[in-house]
Amino acid sequence: MHLSPDQIIFWQYGFFKLNATIAFTWGLMLVLTGGSILVTRKLSLDLQRSRWQNLLEIVVTGIANQIEEVGLSQPEKYLGFLGSLFLFVAMASLFTIVPGYEPPTGSLSTTTALAICVFVAVPMFGIEKSGVGQYLNAYLKPSFFMLPFNIISELSRTLALAARLFGNMMSGTMILAILLTITPFIFPIVMNALGLLTGMVQAYIFSILAAVYIAAATRTRKPETGPETLNPTDHHEGKHHG
Amino acid sequence: MLIDWFTVAAQVVNFLILVWLLKRFLYRPILDAIDAREKRIAKELADADAKKAEAQQARETFQNKNEAFDKQRAALLSQAEEEAKAERLRLMDEARQAADTLSAKRQEEQRNKAHNLNQAVSRQVQQEVFAIARKALTDLAETSLEERMGEVFIRRLRELDDPTKADLGEALKTATDPAIVRSAFDLPAAQRSAIQNALNETFSADIPIRFETAPDVISGIVLTTNGQKLAWSIADYLASLEKGVDELLKKQDTPEPPPESNTGKSAEEHGT
Repeated sequence: MHLSPDQIIFWQYGFFKLNATIAFTWGLMLVLTGGSILVTRKLSLDLQRSRWQNLLEIVVTGIANQIEEVGLSQPEKYLGFLGSLFLFVAMASLFTIVPGYEPPTGSLSTTTALAICVFVAVPMFGIEKSGVGQYLNAYLKPSFFMLPFNIISELSRTLALAARLFGNMMSGTMILAILLTITPFIFPIVMNALGLLTGMVQAYIFSILAAVYIAAATRTRKPETGPETLNPTDHHEGKHHG
Repeated sequence: MLIDWFTVAAQVVNFLILVWLLKRFLYRPILDAIDAREKRIAKELADADAKKAEAQQARETFQNKNEAFDKQRAALLSQAEEEAKAERLRLMDEARQAADTLSAKRQEEQRNKAHNLNQAVSRQVQQEVFAIARKALTDLAETSLEERMGEVFIRRLRELDDPTKADLGEALKTATDPAIVRSAFDLPAAQRSAIQNALNETFSADIPIRFETAPDVISGIVLTTNGQKLAWSIADYLASLEKGVDELLKKQDTPEPPPESNTGKSAEEHGT
């Protein structure tokens, strides 16, 4: 019994090792990229198009719409990062229906890596939008004494992001494993379905929260719209945290 | 330890590679395709709008033309109707005039026929009267018609009432030219001398006389001098006969009401 796919090590050479997390991540990357290439290789510009192209269009435009709804006015700019987060997490949990598969998101290392990516991407997008000085200045808002709290908030939310995804994904596989030992028939299938659902929900939450953080970082630069836009993002955050 | 830092680093790298790969192979082509399609749809919609506007315009043009054509047609029709009306009136007028002319001509013809008939009757009567008179006179008294006419003229001359006689005498006396005695036929010498004697006796003077033959003096003798005239001729009788014949003809004409058929019929009757 292991808690994380990190513990399944296929190959190791000193510090370098190839564990199940990395292997399944590569597998997912292969599937995602290969599928995309297969479908986009022969894109149709007509009104008639293949169902796979249709599916991808729905997925891409759906993600773009979600990003826009959060408040990012140029979804194409953030689509690469946020969309990839969503697709990776969603695919990772979707493949749990394959026997022998361990979701890489069930490893705290992976979720930490994703959280670190978000942690780095948020200030990057913020600085790209309005410059270093103004971005750093936001940490002193509304007053200088808020600086430590702002920093703590920044760190804690990254930690929460990582822990939340890990907990949900890990629990899914754990519950399944435990249930299989207790009631081997039927009930694990129901739990598996539930796991798929929570996996999708987690993918959505993870990418939406990242979007919200980016939106907050790129928006707070405008003082006049600041308070108004902060309220809905706080609301979002509070809801998802709950 | 749940966090394996090598795995974390590897996953960060993996994720970044995945982001690049998906950007390259998923988002960009799909978004480009969607953009292209949207552009195409927008273009097609714009084209459709343009075509619709064009069609609308064409429809309006056609409608206008149709209305103009209808109006023109109606105008032409009414014009043609009026022309036909005018033509009808003209033709009817012409026909009426032609009928009038025809009927006038018929009437004229009828009149002429009646006149000719009258004249023919007159002539015939005259000749018959003379012939009968001549024959009767010759048979009964062994006198010629000419003789008898001369006698009648002489008797009338002698029986003239006084004022007429005075006027005539005055005229004869004052005349520079000789008096003219005209007759329809050559008077025999005996008659001439008898007339001369009668004149001389009546007016108790020697009156110069010139005898002339004029066929228009219908069977009679006319004495003309200086504006005065003394005559006896059968024309008087003929005039009364003519009057009688005219009345007879009029009586024939009037009872039949339709004038055209009447004239034709009567003309035919007169012709026969």
